[in-house]
Amino acid sequence: MAVLIGKNTKIITQGITGKAGAFHTQECIAYGSKFIAGVTPGKGGESLSNLPVFDTVHEIVREMEVDASMIFVPPPYAADAILEAIDAKIGLIVCITEGIPVKDMLEVQSALRLSNSRLIGPNCPGIITPGECKIGIMPGYIHKKGHVGIVSRSGTLTYEAVHQTSQLNLGQSTCIGIGGDPINGTNFIDAIKLFEKDPNTHSILMIGEIGGSQEEEAGRYIREHVTKPVAAFIAGATAPEGKRMGHAGAIVSNGSGKAQDKIRVLKECGVCVAKTPAEMGHALVEAIKKFKGK
Amino acid sequence: MNIHEYQAKELLKRYHIPVPEYIVIRHLEELKELNLDEAVVKIQVHAGGRGKAGGVKFAKSLKEIKEVTRRLLGMKMCNNQTGPQGVIANAVILSKPVDIDKEYYLAAIIDRAKKQMILIASTEGGMDIEEVAEKHPEKILTLPISLPGKLRMYQIVAFNKFMGFKGDVAKQAAKIIQNLVKAFYELDASILEINPLVLTPSQQLVALDAKFGIDDNALFRHPLIAEMRDPSQYSSAENAAFENDLSYVSLEGNIGCMVNGAGLAMATMDIIQHEGGKPANFLDVGGSATKERIAFGFEMILSDPQVKGILVNIFGGIVSCKMIAEGIIHVVKERKIKIPIVVRLEGTHVKEGEQLLEDCGLEIIAAVDLLDAAKKIVAQVQEVI
Repeated sequence: MAVLIGKNTKIITQGITGKAGAFHTQECIAYGSKFIAGVTPGKGGESLSNLPVFDTVHEIVREMEVDASMIFVPPPYAADAILEAIDAKIGLIVCITEGIPVKDMLEVQSALRLSNSRLIGPNCPGIITPGECKIGIMPGYIHKKGHVGIVSRSGTLTYEAVHQTSQLNLGQSTCIGIGGDPINGTNFIDAIKLFEKDPNTHSILMIGEIGGSQEEEAGRYIREHVTKPVAAFIAGATAPEGKRMGHAGAIVSNGSGKAQDKIRVLKECGVCVAKTPAEMGHALVEAIKKFKGK
Repeated sequence: MNIHEYQAKELLKRYHIPVPEYIVIRHLEELKELNLDEAVVKIQVHAGGRGKAGGVKFAKSLKEIKEVTRRLLGMKMCNNQTGPQGVIANAVILSKPVDIDKEYYLAAIIDRAKKQMILIASTEGGMDIEEVAEKHPEKILTLPISLPGKLRMYQIVAFNKFMGFKGDVAKQAAKIIQNLVKAFYELDASILEINPLVLTPSQQLVALDAKFGIDDNALFRHPLIAEMRDPSQYSSAENAAFENDLSYVSLEGNIGCMVNGAGLAMATMDIIQHEGGKPANFLDVGGSATKERIAFGFEMILSDPQVKGILVNIFGGIVSCKMIAEGIIHVVKERKIKIPIVVRLEGTHVKEGEQLLEDCGLEIIAAVDLLDAAKKIVAQVQEVI
C-alpha cells in the first residue's frame, strides 16, 4: 500500500444509483477496487453491480466495516452526503461532485475539524494507487505502478502528468486529486506530508494553479520538512486577473493568487518548476538528479 | 457572479443597512420627470476604478445633471479591470451628495487559507484596500465570522474600539456589521464590500458605495439574484457559454483553444504563449465532452473574429478520442472551416481517433504531444497573419 488506499480498502459509493455513480463504481471495480455497498436514499434494498444498496451510510456501517466512501451526489445535496459520511465515522471520504457552494463547505470544514475523517475533494478526479485501488473517475490504464507521488488541483492536467511519468518509466505510488474548489478537504501540505512518510514514494510532483496561496504554503513546508525531490507545475500564467478559469478556485483576485508568485516562491524553496506542461516529467527527473547530486 | 452597485444597494437595504437614496436611469426619457437640483452621477459597470475613468461626476443643477447623464449613459469604460474591449454603462445612478466627516472601509469575504468567513474593517475608507494593507497594516482589523453568519459581542466591542466609534455611532455600526455578515452568509456572497462607509456631520453612518459578488455554485438557491445578471457586461461568447453551462473566458489573442478540463485548458494557453503565440480564449468543454459540446465549442471559438487558428487538445479519460475525432470532422465539414486546425489527442482510443483524422481528407493537422501541438498552431497562425 502506498498512501491512504490499497488492495484491501473497503469502499462504498454514496449516490450509487445515479448515472455517473453507477458507471464509475463499475469502472473502479473493473480496475480491482474492493467495493462492498452503496447508498441512495429511497433505494434501500435494491442492488447494483451485485452490491447491496442502502438508504443511509449508518445502516451500512452497522453491518460491515467501511474504510472509504466515494461521493457522486449532486451539488445541492453533496455537502449533506459528506456530513453523513463524517457522522458515520468513515475514515476516507472522496467527493467527486463539482459545484458545491462554498458556504456548505464551510460547514463541512467545521465538522471535519472535530472528526478523524479525511476528505479528498470536492471537485476532484479522486485518488488512485496504481495496480491496487482506484476511487474516482481517472482512466486507470494510463497509470503505472512506481514511486512518484502526484498531488494536483486539476483532473486532466494530472492525467498529463501521469502519462509523462509513466512514459519516463517512473510510475506512480499514489495520485491524489485534491480538487479545483477554493475550499477543499485535503490540501497540498496534507498530501505532501503523507508522501514524505510513505517509503514507497521516492519523489513528489505537485500540480497547482492560480488562486489562493496553497502552493506557496506548500513550498515553505517543503523547504523545512521534506527530504524527497519535489517538482511542480503551476497552470494559469496567462490567465487574466479577476476571471474564473473553469475551476471555482482558479481566480486571481486583487493581485493575489498569481501563477508567477507561486512559481517564484516554489523555486526559492528548492522545488524544480516545469516551464511548460509538456515538461512536468522532465522537471521531476531534473529534481531527482539534483537531489542525488547533493 | 457580480452585480451592479444599485443592485448591491438594494440588497443592503433589504438588510437594513442605510444607503443614500438613488434613482436608476437606463434611458434618457427617464430624465424628463427628474426633479433634483444637485446629484452625484455614477455609471453602473462591473469594474472598479470608475472615478478615475471619469465615470463618476458631480452635477450642481438640474441642467447639469441632465447633461452629465447624457454623457455618461452608454459610456465605454476601459481600464486594467475591464480589458481593452471595455464595458458599456447601460445604466447610471443619481443620488443626492452626502456630506462626509470621515470615510471607513468594511467587507466580508471568504479566507481560503483559513477556510472561514472574515470581516475586514479599516479606518481608511474610500481608498484601495490592498494599498492600505501594504502600507498601513495596522489600520486594518480582521475578524473571523462564526457560522451561521454571526459576530460575537466581544468582536463588536473590539471593532468599535478599533474604528473609534462611540455612543450612538457605535450602536449604528454594530447593527451595520451584524447585518452585513448576516447578508453575506444568507446570500452565499463571495464578497460584500462597503467602500466607503461614511460618517456624516450629523453623525449618521451611510454606505456610499457597495460591491456584491455571489458564489456561482449557490445561484440555484437565489433565483432573484440570478435574475440580476447583466449580460451586457460580458462578451457574447461568454453569455452563450453561461447559458450552455460551459466555462469560457475571452482573451486578446488569435489562437482559439478547445480543451477538456480546466487545468489542462489553462496549461494549454500557457504553452501557446510560451511558444510565442497568443491564446484567444479559455474553453473547457468538460471532462465528459460530447459531440454536441465539441460542435458548440467550435461555434463559440469561431464567433470571435480575431481567431486565426484553432488548437484542440483532448486528454480522453472517460471520453473516447474516437468520438472526439468524429465530432471534429463533422463540424469542420459542416461549417467548412478554412482556418488551420491542430488537433492533439491522447488517452482512450487515441489510435482510432488519429486514424479517423488522417483518413478524413480534411486539412486537420495532427500533433503528437502538447509541445508539438503548441509549436504547430503557432507556426500555422504566424503564416496566416
